[in-house]
Amino acid sequence: MMSLEEISQKIQASAKRLLAEGRAEVVIGYRRGTTPLTVAPHFARTAEDCDQLVWSSFAKINLATYLPKYPGKVALVAKGCDARSAVGQVVENQVLRENLYIIGVACNGMVDVERILAGEPRPAFEATEDQATIKLSGEGWITSLAREEVLRRNCRVCVSRTPSATADEVIGDQTEPLSADDFADLKELAGRSPADKLAYFKGLVKECLRCYACRNACPLCYCPVCFVDETRPQWLGKSQDEMDTFTFHVLRAFHCAGRCTSCGACETACPMDIKLREFNRVLESEVQKDWQYTPGLTWDQKPPLTTYRPDDEAEFIK
Amino acid sequence: MSQFEPKIVAFFCNWCTYGAADLAGVSRLDYPPNFRVVRLPCTGRLNPKYILEAFKLGADGVWVSGCHPGDCHYISGNYYARRKFVLLHHMLEAIGLEPGRLNFSWISSAEATKFQEVAKDVVEKVRACGPNINFRKAELELGLSEVA
Ligand code: SF4
Ligand code: SF4
Repeated sequence: MMSLEEISQKIQASAKRLLAEGRAEVVIGYRRGTTPLTVAPHFARTAEDCDQLVWSSFAKINLATYLPKYPGKVALVAKGCDARSAVGQVVENQVLRENLYIIGVACNGMVDVERILAGEPRPAFEATEDQATIKLSGEGWITSLAREEVLRRNCRVCVSRTPSATADEVIGDQTEPLSADDFADLKELAGRSPADKLAYFKGLVKECLRCYACRNACPLCYCPVCFVDETRPQWLGKSQDEMDTFTFHVLRAFHCAGRCTSCGACETACPMDIKLREFNRVLESEVQKDWQYTPGLTWDQKPPLTTYRPDDEAEFIK
Repeated sequence: MSQFEPKIVAFFCNWCTYGAADLAGVSRLDYPPNFRVVRLPCTGRLNPKYILEAFKLGADGVWVSGCHPGDCHYISGNYYARRKFVLLHHMLEAIGLEPGRLNFSWISSAEATKFQEVAKDVVEKVRACGPNINFRKAELELGLSEVA
């Protein structure tokens, strides 16, 4: 098993090589965060910059979000889900394939920091880890947590932990895909009354501040003007009206229909720990059922809403 | 007690259902007056946010209707639209919109009788759902109530 240090070193070596060869002008990866349990995005343009690149279980930010903003040649340090997002951006003509180099990293799942903090409220000064455990230490205490226990929810149902099919190179030992989301909870909910469904979904976003951090973190949200910012007409009021918030979440999810790769960037960014991916899952299950489509796995797939079949079924239309 | 008269926002494509509504009128076919029509060039032009906006402003129901698949004035607009409708219809009902509030149909410009039938059916379905309380904004600045 390759250790995290070895993976970090390999990322650094690849980054240096790509910069030296002119294959990339910038390598987008991760560096240590300024506080424990965090990493920060890192934009390496020189060999010295590359020495700061690291890999850890806290590297949950989806760096593909930066790609559409860079016109030049970019190398991206990518987990399975980040690579899927990048593939989606290429498929949607937002990023040129020839400008993109994917440094794939075999991923074992990223951890949910909110979950860790809920179990361990004492301020930690340091977090270290090996394959199976995360060790936290603070003033006069040290504790260890099983990695499995604190994985992010989306990482438990990840079908592409190692981006072997799309990455230009892969670092680390190949990790096997997990079993896909079976949507059991949604199926159960489908049998309940409209009032129950509404109560459930409105309840999910009750605490939403409409700060739009989730949108900003999303690799698919590259519209020059987002519908939430449109003013003439204004589709969303600026108040905390429940229906405005609800509409935001419905439309945000709809805009990602057939495109969302369940990378979890939105939930990771949310300061209120809102489970907003539940809205996306409603659509994800339907896209899989109707068109057997999973986004971001190959370069030549066509997103389902950009195509059609003359015999598509829609029995609810009279 | 007087019967609840729902307000319905109808999005019709210019080339088919709008023509059918016209023909129904010219042919003096009776249909209920509960809907306000928004004319679109094509159902492919329908952005999901229009539907949510209609509900937010207090519409009790929404009806979307256009050309039959294969007969689109723009060749394939309604084929794309159909996929969007499949997802939108599924999503809105999955998150708690009452079945019957959001209706879709394909009505060609020659089908005045189908227009009449579907119009009656849509109004009855929305009537059965009752007033839209859950998908409207709590405070309406300028709601449909004032237009009614
Ligand atoms: S979703 Fe998959 S690839 Fe992405 S962080 Fe989780 S386990 Fe890794
Ligand atoms: S990040 Fe969270 S609080 Fe902010 S808009 Fe998104 S869901 Fe709401």
